[in-house]
Amino acid sequence: MEIGSVKYRIGKSYGFKALVTVFAFACVVPLLFILFFIVRQGITKINWHFLVNVPKPVGEPGGGIINALVGSIEIIFFSALIAIPIGIMAGIYLSENRRGRLAYWCRLCVDILQGVPSIVIGIVAYFWIVKPEFTIHIGFLRLHKSAGFSAISGSIALAIMMLPIVIRSTEETLKLLPSSLQEAAFALGVPYHRVIFKVIIPVGIGGILSGVMLSIARITGETAPLLFTAFGNPYLSYNIGKPMQSLPLLIFNYATSPYDDWKNLAWGASLILLMWVLLLNISTKLITRKWKVQL
Amino acid sequence: MESTIIKSRNFNASFGTNHVVKNVNIDIPRNKVIAVMGPSGCGKTTYLRCINRMHELIAGATCSGEMTINGENIYQMHPIFVRLKIGMVFQRPNPFPNLSIYDNVIAGYKLNGIKLPKAERDRVVESSLTRVALWNEVKDSLTKKGSFLSGGQQQRLCIARAVAMEPEVLLFDEPTSALDPISTSTVEELFHELKTNYTLIIVTHNMQQAARVSDKTAFFYLGELVEYDETKIMFTNPKDSRTQNYITGRFS
Repeated sequence: MEIGSVKYRIGKSYGFKALVTVFAFACVVPLLFILFFIVRQGITKINWHFLVNVPKPVGEPGGGIINALVGSIEIIFFSALIAIPIGIMAGIYLSENRRGRLAYWCRLCVDILQGVPSIVIGIVAYFWIVKPEFTIHIGFLRLHKSAGFSAISGSIALAIMMLPIVIRSTEETLKLLPSSLQEAAFALGVPYHRVIFKVIIPVGIGGILSGVMLSIARITGETAPLLFTAFGNPYLSYNIGKPMQSLPLLIFNYATSPYDDWKNLAWGASLILLMWVLLLNISTKLITRKWKVQL
Repeated sequence: MESTIIKSRNFNASFGTNHVVKNVNIDIPRNKVIAVMGPSGCGKTTYLRCINRMHELIAGATCSGEMTINGENIYQMHPIFVRLKIGMVFQRPNPFPNLSIYDNVIAGYKLNGIKLPKAERDRVVESSLTRVALWNEVKDSLTKKGSFLSGGQQQRLCIARAVAMEPEVLLFDEPTSALDPISTSTVEELFHELKTNYTLIIVTHNMQQAARVSDKTAFFYLGELVEYDETKIMFTNPKDSRTQNYITGRFS
């Protein structure tokens, strides 16, 4: 082969390396821009007053986002309460029964569910939980009532969004565990449920937990399903049967308002939300590293 | 006259339509070491896994015929009781990675939810580890994870785990095939110690190992039990020409 042609090929290969490096770097840029922008806009708005007060009416300066913080935490707590046990159990089933008919359909449904737009889940939760009417009989009086907007309906909608992530991450984690581990337990005469709870889950806990954290990070910023369900609330509320504010709802409502005070509130809330999600992602990484069981 | 502990009559096992153990009749005497040898895929491991009912855990696996322990039909007992009576050690060491060495030894109690007083636990751990000649090596690191040990130590830990349950029979599925020669000889020495208390059934495709450690040897070929006799006779004067061919290395 001629020297010239070899040199040309080496040059081409350097060119290609440079190209992929540039694109890899380009992927980092958007996140850095978003971080920079939000931090710059939000950091000046955040102070103690901001964290412990409810929003003020238009025209009054100050005000905070305590109602949205409390609401977000409460709605997500109940979503997790619903989705985690169901998700982990279903994930165990899928990893234990890899070829069954039910496993095939379940896996298919979970994959499709993961792709269902969040607004559709919101609509479904609205029609199933918020909208249905029931009748109260008081003597000869008949009152038609619907359940109405409530935090719990938002939790249910978000739980549906969490499920696929928890299920698939549990399944993928447990699939990687060697079957010899289960056999060791079975050979000691350990019954199936104890094999699951005392061996399989403890060994896979790092992966399962990271799935749970990622699913929480995923739903933290969900706005669409909450529009139909939790609805939002300008006051502080702890009642899961009543409408409740949450961070994404507050951002949506206040950022689109024409008032500067409210826009500032939305910037501050955006930064809080961003930090919350970043923190979840980072602690997920730490958990997987720390709780990784050496096989 | 020796007493029989495990007896199988016309025993068959299959995976779906694949008939892997064919009509096996065997009497296993108490407190002896029995080696089961044969080329790969001859059904020896499957047969072993039928003895403590691990075979049926695989989807599509079936078996038929009679298998008894002390005259009691294994397939009419609850599998959990069977597995408490018949311990098993696997090809690759598989200590529980989430448990300490101490907890690995008493894993059979711990995982079954059997509560033992602390003194009793300590006694079980020490005596089990002593019996597998591991106590002196690990007594100062009992709280470390099981996976901290070397391969040979892990395998002895797995034997200790099986021994701690005080079974009557111990099954070994190619217990040394993942170990180095030194660990292998340590484990082989153990077999001699262990047979005073237990009956040992060892699957191996290492003929030298079968000759070294066992009292009786069974030779499986293509799912059939070709020959079963005293190890000395098997290796010096086999009756079947297939055994003869196998031990002289004409096929493997």
